[in-house]
Amino acid sequence: MKSRSMIVSVAAAALLATTTLATAETLNWARAGDSLTLDPHSQNEGPTHALAQQIYEPLISPDMEAKPIPSLATSWGVSADNPNVWVFKLREGVKFHDGADMTAEDVVFSFNRAKHESSDMKELLVTIKEVRADGDYTVEIETDGPNPILPNNLTNLFIMDKGWAEANDVVVPAEFDDGEETFAVRNANGTGPFVLESREPDTKTVLKRNDNYWGIGQFPMEVTQINYTPIQNAATRVAALLSGEVDLIQDVPVQDLSRVANADGLKVENAAQNRTIFFGINSADDDLTNDNVEGKNPFKDLKVRQAMSLALDRDAIKQVVMRGQSAPTGVIIPPFVNGWTEALDAYPKADVAKAQALMAEAGYGDGFEITLHCPNDRYVNDEAICQAMVGMMAKIGIDVNLVAQTKANHFPLISGKTTDFYLLGWGVPTFDSEYVFNFLVHSTTDDRGSWNGTRFSNGDVDAMIQSLGSDTNIANRDATIGKIWKVVQDEQLYLPIHNQVLNWGMKDGITFPVQPEDQPHFKFMTFGK
Amino acid sequence: MLAFTIRRVSQSLVVLLIVGLVAFSLFRFVGDPVENLLGQERTVADIERVRTQLGLDQSFPVQYLNFLKGVVTEGNFGVSYRQGRPVADIIAERAPATLELAFVSALFAIVLGIGFGVYTAINRDGWISNVIMTSSLVGVSLPTFLIGILLIYLFAVELGWLPSFGRGETVMIGGWSTGFLTTSGLKALILPAITLGLYQMTLIMRLVRSEMLEVLRSDYIKFARARGLSQKAVHYRHALKNTLVPVITITGLQLGAIIAFAIITETVFQWPGVGLLFINAIQFVDIPVMATYLMLISVLFVSINLIVDLLYYMIDPRLKADGGAAGH
Repeated sequence: MKSRSMIVSVAAAALLATTTLATAETLNWARAGDSLTLDPHSQNEGPTHALAQQIYEPLISPDMEAKPIPSLATSWGVSADNPNVWVFKLREGVKFHDGADMTAEDVVFSFNRAKHESSDMKELLVTIKEVRADGDYTVEIETDGPNPILPNNLTNLFIMDKGWAEANDVVVPAEFDDGEETFAVRNANGTGPFVLESREPDTKTVLKRNDNYWGIGQFPMEVTQINYTPIQNAATRVAALLSGEVDLIQDVPVQDLSRVANADGLKVENAAQNRTIFFGINSADDDLTNDNVEGKNPFKDLKVRQAMSLALDRDAIKQVVMRGQSAPTGVIIPPFVNGWTEALDAYPKADVAKAQALMAEAGYGDGFEITLHCPNDRYVNDEAICQAMVGMMAKIGIDVNLVAQTKANHFPLISGKTTDFYLLGWGVPTFDSEYVFNFLVHSTTDDRGSWNGTRFSNGDVDAMIQSLGSDTNIANRDATIGKIWKVVQDEQLYLPIHNQVLNWGMKDGITFPVQPEDQPHFKFMTFGK
Repeated sequence: MLAFTIRRVSQSLVVLLIVGLVAFSLFRFVGDPVENLLGQERTVADIERVRTQLGLDQSFPVQYLNFLKGVVTEGNFGVSYRQGRPVADIIAERAPATLELAFVSALFAIVLGIGFGVYTAINRDGWISNVIMTSSLVGVSLPTFLIGILLIYLFAVELGWLPSFGRGETVMIGGWSTGFLTTSGLKALILPAITLGLYQMTLIMRLVRSEMLEVLRSDYIKFARARGLSQKAVHYRHALKNTLVPVITITGLQLGAIIAFAIITETVFQWPGVGLLFINAIQFVDIPVMATYLMLISVLFVSINLIVDLLYYMIDPRLKADGGAAGH
């Protein structure tokens, strides 16, 4: 039985906890949540992709800095003949874990599978008209119009073996009403650096190094086995690291950071996360349902929104609520996103007197009442941030009723447009401002603006946002992005708070930088000996 | 007897149906599963499509009827939204973990509870008794998760004797995964079993103690002493036997509670049982899993009550029509 050796090593690690890594090549890895499914196209979700990245591979893969590097594709570019076509040259000699060759046919199959109605990845591929093979190692992707940032959408788009999918009846991702489990949910056959050994959902997943991996020699590949266990309870997760039962945990709670960092043989690594936390405000409706002002929307007045931004003490939130683990910001994108500038990132120092003056100018010197909706299980200290906001708003006369609830109740309020004042966090998987504009700034239509709870709607801005999708002149496109940001900032559409910081706790002997997407790629991990 | 049984069984069925209805009426307050099922890039059309597919656009009595129809006609409890696997499979996979944990903690609670109870009753004013009684307050007053965390920090982090999470290595026997056959499996059971059983142990101990004190004061014990029987025979053969009747009743009912309330212990120790499954289902609004779990737990409670009722009927002569009068 294979799992026996793992248990032995866990026990040994527990005994030798503080000295060295018991078995340097076996990695015991824990994080709060488990992958939901091994089917690479069923769920577009962080922990699910993080596990899939070890087993499956995309054409272009993110590295530990989240920068795209060649993976199953060795080179790519826009076709010389047709600006609507991207051409990808595939890596030759790559084999799936079951020994089958990876060819253009598999890539075409995987794209079509990911575009299927029941796929959770299809929204990233909406612009794709056709994917076709040109020989065994060239793939052409034709889009509706020129799509300059298509490659950015492909870093979590995994390639499956066509033959394997057909043999196991998983040609399309599972439908929610299928009524049974499909083979791909607990079985996997990728080209990645690790091979699935066993999987018990929510309990334990064991991966072994793929000794036939094409990247041996290019990547360290020092980890020979990964034992992945979700540990939901934060205190238990930290205890498991302190006791030496696990070697690496993601999601170290901020209150335990010093404890882990000060423990013998352990260290904490951190990095800015690709996620900004901000408040959204309904600045467009003529009247609000969640306030006590009759017949008017106080948020419609720009002065009120500016006053709120001035009264929001971002430094205090960083120090008190986040214990230093955040980067306050004045814009709703993190620094590595195309379109970010230092000027956008600059945020005003809290100035209550000036904020009070603005409130008086707007005619709300006596303030008003409003309900703030907040999740309590989604972002780092989300509820505590909102509680701090209640106190800060009270200083300028805004009497905030806080409703903090689970994410399953919170997010429908934003998509259903029934909240006027809410907390939201947003990551930018494509590393381009267009993604943010599409979801948070464009007016709500069938395929855009689905998360725009501000109700902001401006035809010119919408036109500019749509132009980004097909503008191949990079300088011109960046200028448009700048213009849109200017509108967002001038209108004070959102109240940005901070960018989250990721903390990973690990044994001293491990060299492994924190990845901004919270997505470890274990092929890069090295052990100091 | 037969009429009594039939009446009790049909009452139990009604209770079950009502539990299901109440559960389904509450699910929409737990949240909207569709937001969890679709990624942040979902469009309004996606939301509508999935809602229709899952039947969430229908009223809760209709959803409940559809669920019941699946259960009764096909024995199908639905497919988990979160894992994409049949709920029956998942629960069958997870149940051994919870049942083994419940069994060990019940055993711990009964053995130590009765032992300490008898000891503290016999040695009322001994200092050991006082220590036991005082520290037993911890068992009733500290919340389960805190006890769990304290045990983890002491025995896993500081001493490094026992694992802080999980079930250790398990062995499959038939469809049952057991942790009883491996050292790591047994070690992994200790802390969660103590955490889960501590409250019940305290309860049983205090119950045994007070019953025992009561019995020790009764006439037949005085007579037994007067007959010159040894202390041992008086305490264990006469006194303890008579204290056990209420203890057995309480223990039976508490066993259900141990299984149902293993939720917190399982979350603290990342114990892969049905309680942890239920917590995850709530967070994800995984309606088929929540519904099946709640129905199963109510079946459990209803059957325990049914068995207790039937046992009473057999034991207590007064419930029988032809019941004669018989004293001690």
